Amino acid sequence: MPPDLLGPTLALSGILFSIGVLGALLRRNAIILFMCVELMLNAVNLAFVAFARYYGFGGHVLVFFVMTVAAAEAAVGLAIMLALFRHNQTLDLQDINLLHG
Amino acid sequence: MHTVFWIFFAGAVVSAAMCVLRRNPVGAAMWLVATMFSLAGIFVILDAPFLAAIQVLVYAGAVMVLFVFVIMLLNLDITTTDLRGSLSIGGAVAVTGLLAVELGALWAYTPERLAQEFLPAGGAAFPGAIPAGAASSNIVLDVARPLFDAYLVPFEATSVLLLAAVVGAVVLAKRRI
Repeated sequence: MPPDLLGPTLALSGILFSIGVLGALLRRNAIILFMCVELMLNAVNLAFVAFARYYGFGGHVLVFFVMTVAAAEAAVGLAIMLALFRHNQTLDLQDINLLHG
Repeated sequence: MHTVFWIFFAGAVVSAAMCVLRRNPVGAAMWLVATMFSLAGIFVILDAPFLAAIQVLVYAGAVMVLFVFVIMLLNLDITTTDLRGSLSIGGAVAVTGLLAVELGALWAYTPERLAQEFLPAGGAAFPGAIPAGAASSNIVLDVARPLFDAYLVPFEATSVLLLAAVVGAVVLAKRRI
């Protein structure tokens, strides 16, 4: 990597993270919200890889852990989606108020 | 090399924006796959070809197939918009724009500044860190050595986490709540 790509890479990481936050705030579909979380995790992975150039392969190992946690989160999260959809026939977050009291 | 980087840069930003803005969940998932492919290309430019392969296999492959599978299984109604109210949209855009400007300011960050601010006294910043330039030609070996040495305990904890996730997914998908 040419050394002057560190700044643009970190900026891309920040922009992707912001887009993920925007989607999570904007959309009411629970599955799209999950995809936005995946987008944010990917953005963080990019920052890890960019810094790993300078701090060694610990960054690559942490990307592995992030991917593992993301996979586990997707499996459990989508199982929750299935159970929720079976329970009230929608994934619109405004209609899901199980914990509303 | 720079041109390729900028192509992947633009591809990642555009496909991420399309992923957020598409109404159809399947379309959004496809655009997210495009984002992950762009990120894999950037990983290659950043000297992480093994992570690029894992990114394509695990993220763009396994995780996104799971997403598309669930979307199609649920057969969601996409005739109505799923955006929040206009007040929430204004607030979300304002907050996110501020966040993007703040994080985008990292554009000016340089390796010299990184060294100036965070150069560790002893040389290695993290356990298992390999100084840049000392990397061998075997990238898998380079990644595996810290994974099974300094990060062995987190690695084993990850296996327990995966087991818990598998059991939890099975239980959740089986029972009625």
